Amino acid sequence: MTAKSPMIEIAKLRKRFGQLEVLKDINLQVQQGGVVALLGPSGSGKSTLLRCINLLVTPDDGTIRVGETSFQFGKSVQQPKTKPLAAFRSRTGMVFQSFNLFPHMSVLGNVIEAPIHVKGLDRKTATDRAMAQLEKVGLADRASQMPDTLSGGQKQRVAIARALAMEPEVMLFDEATSALDPELVGEVLQAMQKLAADGMTMVIVTHEITFARDVADRVVFMRDGYVVEEGPAREVIDTPKMDATKTFLSHFHKGATPR
Amino acid sequence: MYEWDFSILWGYRWLLLQGLGVTVAFTVATVVGGLTIGMTAAICLLSRFKILRGIALGFIEIFRCTPVLVQLIWCYYALPMIAGIEMTPITASLLALSCYGGSFYAEIIRGGIVSIDSGQSEAASALGMTPALAMRRIILPQALRRMLPALMNQSILQFKNTSLVSILAVPDLVYQGQIAAHDSFRPLETYTAVAVAYFMILFPLTLYVRHRERRLGEAR
Repeated sequence: MTAKSPMIEIAKLRKRFGQLEVLKDINLQVQQGGVVALLGPSGSGKSTLLRCINLLVTPDDGTIRVGETSFQFGKSVQQPKTKPLAAFRSRTGMVFQSFNLFPHMSVLGNVIEAPIHVKGLDRKTATDRAMAQLEKVGLADRASQMPDTLSGGQKQRVAIARALAMEPEVMLFDEATSALDPELVGEVLQAMQKLAADGMTMVIVTHEITFARDVADRVVFMRDGYVVEEGPAREVIDTPKMDATKTFLSHFHKGATPR
Repeated sequence: MYEWDFSILWGYRWLLLQGLGVTVAFTVATVVGGLTIGMTAAICLLSRFKILRGIALGFIEIFRCTPVLVQLIWCYYALPMIAGIEMTPITASLLALSCYGGSFYAEIIRGGIVSIDSGQSEAASALGMTPALAMRRIILPQALRRMLPALMNQSILQFKNTSLVSILAVPDLVYQGQIAAHDSFRPLETYTAVAVAYFMILFPLTLYVRHRERRLGEAR
């Protein structure tokens, strides 16, 4: 770890949905270029935590900092305004379980949409950059197709290119492979692995334990809104210390790609 | 037995065509006006501000729950008294029909917007779009495509509703038909011709709407 301050810093984060307290005092740091996998059973709060990082979910309490921008939450603090919020999100990329491509736009249209209308790039520059991103995920030849003509794996790779086209500081993956047919999971994981190797700071919510072990450098295991265990990926996955972590991991066969 | 003689209508062809022109122009104007009002009301219905939601809801319910004929007469006779402004029959008719159509369009548009998967606005937000930009570039284009058949159905009703403006002596197809009928003493032929004219314009439109609906059904 470098002496530089972390890329993502989350402190004392709390969130409740009605009666249900989903996040209870979460503290998390991600170094620049670090890859953190959030693991845990359904309902453990890992997706909510991920969505708090780009403020798709507004926390009730705590602070969130990504790069230079930080936000404070709490009863006495005003909610962030629309414009700074949008500007903040434009610097964090997110990939969703259900892809969420814009079905009324071509593949290229999806990728250049935000660079043009959010960043204000001209069409030519945006197109060049978009094609470079599509090239990276191996879909440059599909640029003019509509999303519904693509396979799930291709859609998700377009979604990754779309997020990268904004040149984000961090990338968030929300169960990016969970909606895919088993034979399509590999191509998406490969694209994510390449991104990690390129030095992108990433937070990944996943059920792919093997992938987490191989690609993430740290693993955060959550249950019931708490961080139960946290540490180097291999250490936590191969030799978990806490019972909750052991129980969860015992559901997966080591080495096999879990479904 | 009544002896039908449609040839007498030939003498009134320009009068009736003029009326048809007014009817079409009124439809276009009140569809445009109605869509503008409907879109505004729909956005207000979805606003996070309670006041805007309340105003929009009140407006919609007032115009949906009163007969359009009453609205026409009220806009022409009562509104000028309250607001202290002169109103020609044409302005009053445009206003009433636009608001009436707008109240129905609003519900269609609101329904179309909320039918779009929330993942779409999430993806737009995650890319840094403001809610307004996401609505304009991502949500509305998809929603409009989906609600087109319903909007067209409402516009067909709007076309027929314009026949009511004859009550305020706006010279539309029905009004001119009345003149022709009185003048020729041939109301049966005249009103048959008027009905056929409406039918010939609206029937192809309904076929088109049905075609669109079927295509939309297949697309899902």
